[in-house]
Amino acid sequence: MRRLVALVPLAWLGLFFLVPFAVLLKISLSEPAIAQPPFLPLTDWAEGVLTITLNLGNYVFLGQDPLYLLSYLSSVRIAAVSTLITLLIGYPMAYAIARARPARRTLLLMLVILPFWTSFLLRVYAWIGILKGNGIVNNFLLWIGAIDAPLVLIQTDFAVYLGIVYTYLPFMILPLYATLSRLDASLLEAAADLGARPLTTFATVTLPMSWPGIVAGSMLVFIPAVGEYVIPALLGGPDTLMIGSVLWNEFFLNRDWPVASAVAIVMVLVLALPIALLRRAQGRDGDAAP
Amino acid sequence: MKRATPLAIVTAAGFAFLYAPILSLVIYSFNDSRLVTVWGGFSTRWYGALLNDRQILDAAWISLQVGVAAATLATVIGTLAAYALTRHGRFRGRTLLGGIVTAPLVMPEVIVGLSLLLLFVALEDLAGWPAGRGFTTLVIAHATFGAAFAAVVIQARIGSLDRAIEEAAQDLGARPLRVFVDVTLPGLAPALVSAWLLAFTLSLDDVVIASFVSGPGASTLPMVIFSKVRLGVSPEVNALATLVILVVSLAIGLAAWATARRG
Repeated sequence: MRRLVALVPLAWLGLFFLVPFAVLLKISLSEPAIAQPPFLPLTDWAEGVLTITLNLGNYVFLGQDPLYLLSYLSSVRIAAVSTLITLLIGYPMAYAIARARPARRTLLLMLVILPFWTSFLLRVYAWIGILKGNGIVNNFLLWIGAIDAPLVLIQTDFAVYLGIVYTYLPFMILPLYATLSRLDASLLEAAADLGARPLTTFATVTLPMSWPGIVAGSMLVFIPAVGEYVIPALLGGPDTLMIGSVLWNEFFLNRDWPVASAVAIVMVLVLALPIALLRRAQGRDGDAAP
Repeated sequence: MKRATPLAIVTAAGFAFLYAPILSLVIYSFNDSRLVTVWGGFSTRWYGALLNDRQILDAAWISLQVGVAAATLATVIGTLAAYALTRHGRFRGRTLLGGIVTAPLVMPEVIVGLSLLLLFVALEDLAGWPAGRGFTTLVIAHATFGAAFAAVVIQARIGSLDRAIEEAAQDLGARPLRVFVDVTLPGLAPALVSAWLLAFTLSLDDVVIASFVSGPGASTLPMVIFSKVRLGVSPEVNALATLVILVVSLAIGLAAWATARRG
């Protein structure tokens, strides 16, 4: 009975989360074919001889076509810049919530969590109406006479940054709030008593002590943002290169399952370091996850 | 009146940033014009159009069924995982369980979707199950990442439960299962409700993983919305969004009220 409690989730998550990665690796080493499913088996059993063919061609292909390298770099850049902007907006908000009176703190926290419960897809969709050529922002700017012709806001990298920052802001605020709210106020008073100015106190006490929250929040934004598909698909333009979209197109448009798998495996490798950072930050700071 | 500090201004601007797009969805859902952002007078015609759109209604029905099944499974698996991680001390596989429970929280959806689809194809090839893709594969996929979120929510709650009550029940001769059902479970009830609701919401919202693991005839609501909005804005989607926001706000308000009453 006792063993069953751990065994059921282990078996379920093992089969439906861990094993799929093994299958992913396997398919990434197979050869594409016009078949159902569209790849050749790795193993062949003929006349008592077992042949295993590991095809590294998909990975070689990723290295040769600059599209893939550029997409990885561009995804990491877009995710990193968005994470930094999210941190710069999220930190003061988390700080203000942590310093608010208890009753107001509960309300503000709920206001941070509420958008998380309303559809992510619909919230990204809302930005189309705001940013498009005859959208809210352009109509307003034209009306007050600030511009003569509509600005191109949608289908740009700018819109993708905006979409990522907007969508992932709660993921940044919650772990930051968790560390900031546990900050011992007497430490801040001690620093002030010893003559530190508010800014010095912040730089020498508050900021270092909230470091686990900064790392956890940043990784919670950065990791999913690297593989984001919906935001660039709805808000990005034809020049927006993101690896999530490349994987999607390889799979759904080109029906090249092996190359799509290789793209995914390389993406996992790119994300291994950020994931390790996140685990370390959460290990030091138990409930940093939202 | 209190002087507005820079911190208060930044915070207020942050909240405005979070809520302005949601507000714009609601306002323009009552717009008579087809051009969504060009105001053509107040109207509820898009709500009527929504209720007559068979494609959206069918997809919503599929999404609700998948959501209920997946959230229920996710809560069961998540509870077991959270219980094992918080109450079992050290056991073989603990590190592994801790790792695979948190990993789906951040793993990009395109990777989860693709790898699960490849697993389903391989399993069908090997064992003949699951036969094709559709309802079953959607439920399995959503239950898997739902379980990860459920485990986090429940783990936080188990951690704050008073262990002494469980130990007292044990000392009074209750078997472990009895302790769990009579003592732990009632204490966990609020967390179980939030875990279920969270898993349900995530299932109802997922478009990427669903696109990979679903099959013909099993298009979920987000899949239909996504294909509609890729072609541009649609006032019907605004009406749908407003209904979603209304339901979520009511549910959260109710939950907050219930928690406040319990004290």
